[in-house]
Amino acid sequence: MNKKRPGLASMLAIYRRELLSYLTTPTAYVFVAVFLFAIALFTFQVGGFFEQRRADLAPFFAFHPWIFMVFLPAVAMRLWAEETRSGAVELLLTLPAPTWSLVLGKFLAAWTVALVSLLLTFPLWITVNVLGSPDNAAIFTAYLGSALMAGAYLAIGSAMSAITPAQIVAFVLAVLVAFLLTALGLPLVLDFFSGIIGGGVGEAIARFSILHHFDAAQRGVVEFRSVFYFVSLIAMCLGFTALAVDARRGG
Amino acid sequence: MLLQVDGLRKTFGPRLAVDGVGFSVDVGEIVGLLGPNGAGKTTTMRMIAGYLEPDEGVVKVFNIDVARERRRAQERLGYLPEGAPLYGEMTPWTFLRFVAETRGMAREAARHAVRRAAQDARLGDSIDRPIETLSKGYKRRVGLAAALLHDPMLLILDEPTDGLDPNQRHAVRDLIRRLGEERGLIISTHSLEEVEAVCTRAIVIDQGRIVADKAPAALRDEHGTLERAFQALTRGEERQ
Repeated sequence: MNKKRPGLASMLAIYRRELLSYLTTPTAYVFVAVFLFAIALFTFQVGGFFEQRRADLAPFFAFHPWIFMVFLPAVAMRLWAEETRSGAVELLLTLPAPTWSLVLGKFLAAWTVALVSLLLTFPLWITVNVLGSPDNAAIFTAYLGSALMAGAYLAIGSAMSAITPAQIVAFVLAVLVAFLLTALGLPLVLDFFSGIIGGGVGEAIARFSILHHFDAAQRGVVEFRSVFYFVSLIAMCLGFTALAVDARRGG
Repeated sequence: MLLQVDGLRKTFGPRLAVDGVGFSVDVGEIVGLLGPNGAGKTTTMRMIAGYLEPDEGVVKVFNIDVARERRRAQERLGYLPEGAPLYGEMTPWTFLRFVAETRGMAREAARHAVRRAAQDARLGDSIDRPIETLSKGYKRRVGLAAALLHDPMLLILDEPTDGLDPNQRHAVRDLIRRLGEERGLIISTHSLEEVEAVCTRAIVIDQGRIVADKAPAALRDEHGTLERAFQALTRGEERQ
């Protein structure tokens, strides 16, 4: 039989199917519209984009972790929960495809939806260039950081989706985990931990926070440790997803 | 030997679903798995197809141990899960292409395989309609076509005619008979009439154990009718 590299071919097939599924149902369009509306609302109304009288996108990027925290678990909640509910997971797991290819294909499709949402915010970038002379390299870096962070939130969503057949339960669990990982970096939380167990431990806890690692990126700085953090978080959550999917074989 | 199953055992928590099941299937055999609901038919088939791992026992497909080389074994068998779960928003054509590509077939090979399987399963004009708009019978045929895509010698079909009207059942049984001429097939069914119509062998399972493994005619001769044979062999379930 004429064959491609099995794992890669399976991953691409799953990726295409999942993307098609997002595009042929209203889900992706609703998510993208809600995301764009929410990001505009926060950037202009809460962040005071015009009032700050500076040509940069700081008020825009500052809200990304909080919006992603709710928006991306909603994109990812169906990835595995829906397969389990409909029984299609049995079809997938009886095809000769490695589990990693299924997990990665689905994750990449969800990430594509998130990246398209992010790309559609480009009018804001054009606007700041019309209004002044922003540091475009810094904005580009912030976009890359945001894209990586989106991957991390989606990977959390994928992991939670793999442990329950109910999409809404997957969503709530993912928002909860995402909130914990995000809020660890808030000054309020840091002060709380520092007050109880000392400043050093408080700072150590902050290093596990998504906010902490996105902070440098939104200022336009590429920090290797932050890239490493997001990539590791994605790998860890996808690894957990694969384990949870494979655990079904045990009954 | 296409399939060799030995000492298969599976528990779900405290419940023993399959208890020491063993049999083999060769080319030209259409084996009917019979038994009451919850007897262990689907669990047995899922273990053969590599969806579930047995607690004990061995499944060998073309002498390949499913537990050790799951993907190699899965390349050699076709499986229709119970209820034939499909993706409703896809058409049979895009669905079958997806299955072929997930199986690792290259573009041209996949196109060729889809055409052949669609023809074998008699999908006809429905190939370009969304699956969610198709009748139950056609959905089952799409599931069958997916199991046939890579032209496997061993087919595992879990209740392939369940919920179909008499015409649809007749068409699927014809297909099973045709496929069984050159392959080995295992089908699970509640229909004794189906076992008589298509199976060359009947394996009766009750409470996770094989209680009979004979030609349908031999079972009928022993008990008068297949229905009486079924009742006599699976009374344990009734008593519970």
